[in-house]
Amino acid sequence: MRLLKYLLPGVMLLGFVAQAQSPTYGVGRAPTAAEIEAWDIAIAPTGEELPDGSGTADLGAQLFLEKGCAGCHGTNGTNGIAPRLVKNDVGEVDNAWRYGRVLPIRSPYATTVWDYINRGMPLGAEGSLLADEVYSLTAYLLYLNDVITDDQLVLDQNSLPKIQMPNRDNWAQVPDWFPGQPRLEGYPY
Amino acid sequence: MGPKKQNRREFLKQGAAIAGGAAVGAASQSASAQLPGPEGFLHGRDDIVAYGQRSRFIESKRIPHGGRHSPDTFGLDFHIATPLQDQHGVITPSSLFYMGTTRGSYIPDIDPEKHRLMIHGLVDNPLVFTMEELKRLPSVTRMHFVECAGNRSNRRHTTVQETHGMTSNAEWTGVLLSTLLKEAGVKEGADWIVAEGVEEVKGASSIPMTKAMDDTLLAYSMNGEPVRPQQGFPLRMLAPGFEGIFNVKWLRRIKVVDQYYMTYNDYGHLTQDPATAALGYQIGPKSVIVHPSGGQTLPGAGYYQVSGLAWSGGGKVARVEVTTDGGETWFDAEIRGEPQAMAHTLFAFEWEWDGSPCELQSRCIDEIGQVQPSRAEVAEFWNQPADQPPRVRGQDNSIQPWRIESDGSIHNAIA
Repeated sequence: MRLLKYLLPGVMLLGFVAQAQSPTYGVGRAPTAAEIEAWDIAIAPTGEELPDGSGTADLGAQLFLEKGCAGCHGTNGTNGIAPRLVKNDVGEVDNAWRYGRVLPIRSPYATTVWDYINRGMPLGAEGSLLADEVYSLTAYLLYLNDVITDDQLVLDQNSLPKIQMPNRDNWAQVPDWFPGQPRLEGYPY
Repeated sequence: MGPKKQNRREFLKQGAAIAGGAAVGAASQSASAQLPGPEGFLHGRDDIVAYGQRSRFIESKRIPHGGRHSPDTFGLDFHIATPLQDQHGVITPSSLFYMGTTRGSYIPDIDPEKHRLMIHGLVDNPLVFTMEELKRLPSVTRMHFVECAGNRSNRRHTTVQETHGMTSNAEWTGVLLSTLLKEAGVKEGADWIVAEGVEEVKGASSIPMTKAMDDTLLAYSMNGEPVRPQQGFPLRMLAPGFEGIFNVKWLRRIKVVDQYYMTYNDYGHLTQDPATAALGYQIGPKSVIVHPSGGQTLPGAGYYQVSGLAWSGGGKVARVEVTTDGGETWFDAEIRGEPQAMAHTLFAFEWEWDGSPCELQSRCIDEIGQVQPSRAEVAEFWNQPADQPPRVRGQDNSIQPWRIESDGSIHNAIA
């Protein structure tokens, strides 16, 4: 049903062209399956695109030093010139937002941590990490933040999306968006 | 008049006859000696024939914004603000367009001949386009602003560049994303897209299909030339009226998906509060007086044209109201030109300053009836404690007050 909501105005906008035939222009080419696989680095919270491979926090601790992470983030992830990777020391809190803006504790999904390391780290050598290494580094950061407590726990495409991040259900979704709607119902500004 | 002209012409003729070119030169020098003239004459230069440059007397420049220097220790550019105070129209020059990046970014050095855009995911026909192919498709040319979520005035700011310089406006040409999505054939259940750039962090944002199919534009042209590298050359997505981060630069890939992907960009805008989330998505109605503005000094009492910019993520600017007495009385400013949807709109009014202290403000009302609030109004709406400074939830679209002292100096009067 949601599909209809945007398709209808869309069809009206494009007028008879869209209704007459599809595809309309025949411009562009079809990518090969291999191309799509190589390009597609997006990872859904459900983890369906996660690749084969696995890792542990134990292995991640070594990689954190070997891959240069510690050089910018500090040897313990708290004392570098790059952003802090370990929750702020605020003691026991009932709301994980109080740990600060630290990806491996604030993110509702462990997939976001995996995805960001995979696409954006390390600075200057992005995309160089193997899937096993990304699993291990993700595990290590989750371990440093007490999200997981076993440094031998194996993270892979099945176990990673199941990690229960403390903010899993503790975040505000953006509202459904439609053209011409006010920002917030009942808010005059 | 006729005889006089004739006399002068004859005089010049005689002079020329007597002393050749030198006499003509002397005559024109004596006639113009009392007028201000140029400091000199620039000889043609091949590079400036090929690509022009501004006057050496113009020093208008962008500045790093938000307390982190650009470039930073790593050579990354982060947030850079445009000098709104030097601008008189609605187009931001491409060289001065504000810039924001996800975590700080190097600028990808992209050969447009090698650049490709892929559309895949929940579509019937995944497609790859070259830049030339994108340019073959039906195009639209539209004015749109882009604004950073961090464009938030605070008491430490003195100039409009600091308070509002993280927004800019350009004319963009490109292909509507809806054209490409229809060509690819969107499958049922595909409620979102993930748009991704090629910078080293490969910044990606989740965008609702409703927006993707409405007015989202893939621009290859900006202000009459290819989109600048700092703005996403060769291809930039514009999600008009959405916060800056959704306007993905160096666009390489659009994946059509069935869920919100919680990318790193999405995570960066995450909040616990649903109202804050809603108010940090589509830019609200907003305006600011630019001439005159903070840090400037009025030379004295008398006539001034006051002008500024208004915009909204909700559509066109319908009206701009202004006050010169700190909000006691409001009157309509004149809209200059035809307002465009999700575009900076120029407003102005004629003002006679009597030389006494006063406060200038403007407020934007957009076509869907949203009204730009004062900070006090926001505080009242949310029942914020009166003894604390007002806090604007989500993207800050509150009214900017400029206080003018009797010595003509202008100050940021934000609460």
